[in-house]
Amino acid sequence: MAEYLIKNGHVFDPVQGIKGDKADVAIKDGKIVDKVGSSAKVIDAKGMTVMAGAVEIHSHIAGPKVNLGRIYRPEDKLFSCTPTHGMERMGGGASIPTTFKTGYEYAKMGYTTAMEAAMPPLFSRHVHEEIRDTPIIDEGAYPVLGNNWFVLEYLRNHEVENTAAYIAWLLKVTKGYAVKVVNPGGTEAWAWGLNCLSIHDPVPYFDITPAQIVRGLIEANEYLGLPHSMHIHPNDLGNPGCYQTTLDTLALAEGLKTHNKFGREQVMHLTHTQFHSYKGTNWADFESGAKEVTDYVNAHKNITIDTGNVTLDETTTMTADGPFEHHLTGLNHLKWANVDVELETAAGVVPYIYSPNISVCAIQWAIGLEIPLMMKDGMRCYITTDHPNAGPFTRYPRVFKWLMSTKAREAQINAFKHKDKVLSQTSIGSLDREITFYELAQMTRAGPAKSLGLSAICGGLKPGMEADVAVYNIDPDKPIANPDDIEKAFSRCAAVFKSGVQVVSNGEIVSNGHKRTLWVDVKTKENAQVKRDISEKFVKYYSVTQNNYEALGHHFVPNPFAIEVDATQV
Amino acid sequence: MTKTITDVICPFCGTLCDDVEVIVSDDGKKLLEVNNACVIGTEKFLHSQAKDRVTRPRMHQEDGSWKEVSYDEAVEYTAQMLAKARKPLMYGWSSTNCEAQSVGNEIAELSRACCDNTAAVCHGTTLIALQDEGLPSCTLGEVKNRADRVIFWGCNPAHAHPRHMSRYSIFPRGFFTGKGQMSRKLIVVDPRTTDTAKMADIHLQVEQGRDYELLNALRVALRGEWLPDEVAGISAEKIREAADILKSGRFGIIFFGMGVTQSISKNHNIDEAIALTKDLNEHTKFSIMPMRGHYNVTGSGEVFAWQFGFPYAVDLTRGFARYNPGDTSSIDLLTRGEIDAMFTIGSDPGAHFPISAVKPIANLPSVCIDPHLTPTSGVSKLHVPVAFNGVETGGNCYRMDNVPIDCRKVVEPPEGMLTDEQFLTKVRDRLKELKGVA
Amino acid sequence: MMETVTITMKNLPALYLEADNISPDVFAGKTAEQIAGLDVFEGNTTQTLGKYFEVTGKAGATAADTKIVVKGDVKKVKYLGFKMTAGEMLIEESADLYVGAWMKGGKITAKKNVAAFAGLAMKGGELNIEGDAGNYLGTAYRGDWRGMSGGKIHVKGNAGSDIGMYMKGGEIVIDGNIDVHPMTHAEGGRLVVKGNAKSKIGGQSLQGDIIIFGDIEVMMPGFKPVDTVELEIDGKKAKFSHFIGDMGERHKKKKGQVMYMNLYKKL
Repeated sequence: MAEYLIKNGHVFDPVQGIKGDKADVAIKDGKIVDKVGSSAKVIDAKGMTVMAGAVEIHSHIAGPKVNLGRIYRPEDKLFSCTPTHGMERMGGGASIPTTFKTGYEYAKMGYTTAMEAAMPPLFSRHVHEEIRDTPIIDEGAYPVLGNNWFVLEYLRNHEVENTAAYIAWLLKVTKGYAVKVVNPGGTEAWAWGLNCLSIHDPVPYFDITPAQIVRGLIEANEYLGLPHSMHIHPNDLGNPGCYQTTLDTLALAEGLKTHNKFGREQVMHLTHTQFHSYKGTNWADFESGAKEVTDYVNAHKNITIDTGNVTLDETTTMTADGPFEHHLTGLNHLKWANVDVELETAAGVVPYIYSPNISVCAIQWAIGLEIPLMMKDGMRCYITTDHPNAGPFTRYPRVFKWLMSTKAREAQINAFKHKDKVLSQTSIGSLDREITFYELAQMTRAGPAKSLGLSAICGGLKPGMEADVAVYNIDPDKPIANPDDIEKAFSRCAAVFKSGVQVVSNGEIVSNGHKRTLWVDVKTKENAQVKRDISEKFVKYYSVTQNNYEALGHHFVPNPFAIEVDATQV
Repeated sequence: MTKTITDVICPFCGTLCDDVEVIVSDDGKKLLEVNNACVIGTEKFLHSQAKDRVTRPRMHQEDGSWKEVSYDEAVEYTAQMLAKARKPLMYGWSSTNCEAQSVGNEIAELSRACCDNTAAVCHGTTLIALQDEGLPSCTLGEVKNRADRVIFWGCNPAHAHPRHMSRYSIFPRGFFTGKGQMSRKLIVVDPRTTDTAKMADIHLQVEQGRDYELLNALRVALRGEWLPDEVAGISAEKIREAADILKSGRFGIIFFGMGVTQSISKNHNIDEAIALTKDLNEHTKFSIMPMRGHYNVTGSGEVFAWQFGFPYAVDLTRGFARYNPGDTSSIDLLTRGEIDAMFTIGSDPGAHFPISAVKPIANLPSVCIDPHLTPTSGVSKLHVPVAFNGVETGGNCYRMDNVPIDCRKVVEPPEGMLTDEQFLTKVRDRLKELKGVA
Repeated sequence: MMETVTITMKNLPALYLEADNISPDVFAGKTAEQIAGLDVFEGNTTQTLGKYFEVTGKAGATAADTKIVVKGDVKKVKYLGFKMTAGEMLIEESADLYVGAWMKGGKITAKKNVAAFAGLAMKGGELNIEGDAGNYLGTAYRGDWRGMSGGKIHVKGNAGSDIGMYMKGGEIVIDGNIDVHPMTHAEGGRLVVKGNAKSKIGGQSLQGDIIIFGDIEVMMPGFKPVDTVELEIDGKKAKFSHFIGDMGERHKKKKGQVMYMNLYKKL
């Protein structure tokens, strides 16, 4: 493999505490190394910013609901499909890009790892087929478990050990990465057209509450010691007043400690916090609850969050929160797709336009920015757009611009039709913090990697780590005359390396790399009851046989990267 | 000694039954017996064992006879045809696996072809309706476990999807449907008294071509609005009664077929049926699902969509993907005389397209890749027989509810025969050489 | 100052031509030679406009100052007047798909027939068709809920099915007969049919006006008779039965009043 030396760039690496010092980054055999030989290819990064490849912790980029979005939105691609170009296959899609475009766009922005945030286990083979066709970036997928019948039945009786054994089995057969929870109990209720809006609403028939599901899944997750924590989209998403349910959910982690060997410190990851930080009682008195939520998170070190920034675009919402999508189509009357998945979960899809002329959308925009601006520790708050729900991931550079420049925020606030409402219902106008390059590296690299239990592998530039490196054409030492320069620089990298292979040069794809699928392989003690329960459910209730359920590695996961966990000694 | 292979997937219809048992000879070369499959599925497996099977490619000669050629010659003809064509159509894909479809898409991209699947003649209109209205749906296991209202509209599963009713929709005892058929009310909407209609609690014998009006009337009835005395040959009273039955259930499902997708109003019928389903979700829980025909037509739509962004009727001629049925759809392309080469795989347009669309094929450079002798292979210049997918090779397929199931190989193909994927890979590699692409 | 470019088909394409560059917006400011050098697409090949058309005259400085006269056999030419915003086009013979598709302004006159998708997602301008129009006249692009929103389409002959789907504004006038499914899902705009309509009229529509002078084979059950009204159309008064619908749909309120699609059928 070629050796590289990235010279004279301003390096930002929270893993090593490097804050913009001029330093060289050496790459050999796919890893960051202390030094390379004189024959190494030199990349001149003078006047540029060098960071580890970025890590996406929550995005909907592969699988059945994503593809349903592609299938049912031809208008999302009208006049915007791109031709075969150099190394690149054809692409298309503004809010739901094709798999090829997804890989290229992430790579061009310096992202080298991305997590698909909701994999319905029955559809894991589909998710993996799309991951296989997404070039360059390493990917993992989180199976959804918060409405799974096994989980509901075990946790009804607080059987944590059985839940853990089931999770271990499910991660193995679906090649999954983490325990994802979406609207716990509410999505099972949705199978009857109902919902659970608080953590104490009973789940129809199953005689359990969302609180019991969440607490039990945290305990099972820590019983196994998985790399990532339980990753939650709580009940009551997107409704005025929902911040209270969010605080109730966060409180379920109170006093719980993690047990893992991956350097992870949290027991709960709260996703797309923006959608869960609303105060008010209706859309007229709708206001920000970002302060209440971030105050709580700032005070509790066993929680990490991501933001879910609204980008003010026409986009496509998609979530395993089936009842929410039904609620949303009732608000905007746009086309509604829904898929209920037997014994496991559901998903809904509705297009949505975040118009800067609508006060609610503008307030959502402000809340999404308040959250990272109010979070004290960049290692515990990560930038996402919950792609494509609050906006497409291709808008990250614009979100960075808003976070890094008060001038850019002010310009946007002044452009809103209901500027006064934005200022009265949120505190965005009084926040003068500007996220630094170092904090950005925490919020997009070192932080999410640590939360995912990948801190030994990616998210930093320490020798021995994967050589995932992004070089941005922006000089952090020079005052930024125009905030748009931030957006431009972060949109197209000068150079990107993935596992030591240069994949982007001057904003163009130069290699399709050797993308890998990350999954978690847990060894557990033999559990005869769980084994029996699984086989019984397949015989009686599933519509496929147990032998046809697994996503077999040889075929669906061509470049597996299994993270091994030994839970046999627990 | 024989071997029994379990959990085999039936490569016939969109029901994609995965509980078939196949008994093969000890050497894995002969398929002896098929259990659990329906008559059609069984026949599909056994057909691979036919003694008179064509096992090598053949070129049509000027005098109408066929001449056997090697696979390499067939690869050369196919690659040359696609390299030279200015607007080739690559059609079919519904009876092959996703791996072959994926290689096919690479070929289509290299040759800047139009690509389309058999949705063109069955559920393409459903996809158009989905694009306009959305689609509240579910997996088939949900129907089995929960459904107490089942509607078959313009479809006849008793014949077209023989195990659908026993595996998922009418008879099974699921988690919340312990009494099986007794737990469910069955409504059939069909102008004919089909074998499915004979089983119904209510048979709405709709006047031919008036499905759109009847669906509309059901929606009006749900809102309690004024209705004319009779709609589509059915009294307002009976329509209101049916609407009450639909909304009084706990979990309902509408299954529909080509009786509504390909009769007058086409996509609008489905659009209105989806709107009805959406309305019913204001009263109870309701889903709707197309009865997809070919066992992997759904998969073809999925692969097209994640690679190009559209589920069928994709036009790559300008170097990027475009989609607009009516312009980019196969039957329109053929009848309008838009294309200059025809590539068919895993389907039989010769049997299913209108004659005005079949005639042009005979006058074009053409390749048909199919294990069977079909009307399409008969009119094509080159016929390439391949291994039976789902019998002699595995690969991923998508059921009518989009659930992916990996097919199994149960016997070896006749010696020297290629699979779809193997043949296409050779064509792709040769095409890359011809186009000078690395 | 208005200038005229005349393009005359001299070499027919073997396949079909995609000629989305034939519009006043693209021609503006160009000489005949430059226009002849514009790209057209035959299948997967890129050719010059001059390979097929003889080009004479020159374009005006802006689209508004440019008139294009299209002569000869263009039955296999798609996208004439694609996305045009100003100026004029005169198409003397029958044209293929997408005439005036996505047009925003200016005026197109087609002396003979046009095939499907004419005036697709039109936003403004005038599209006059002196012969017949095909299916999907003035309709929305697939999957888009934002259909024709402005401008006027006038067809002297007959029109096909699916006209004005998802229409939001503007007007379509058909002097002859139409096929099934006019104004499906419409949320505004106006359709006038001087001849006969078949069936499935205004299905799933929310708002707008449909005026039919001739026969209707089958009414939609979702259209409820309300009263008889006198309307003045093109300076002539006549009596019409008035229906509102689609009663199967949800309807918005404006200033306390529920808004419906109005269907007027001449008595």
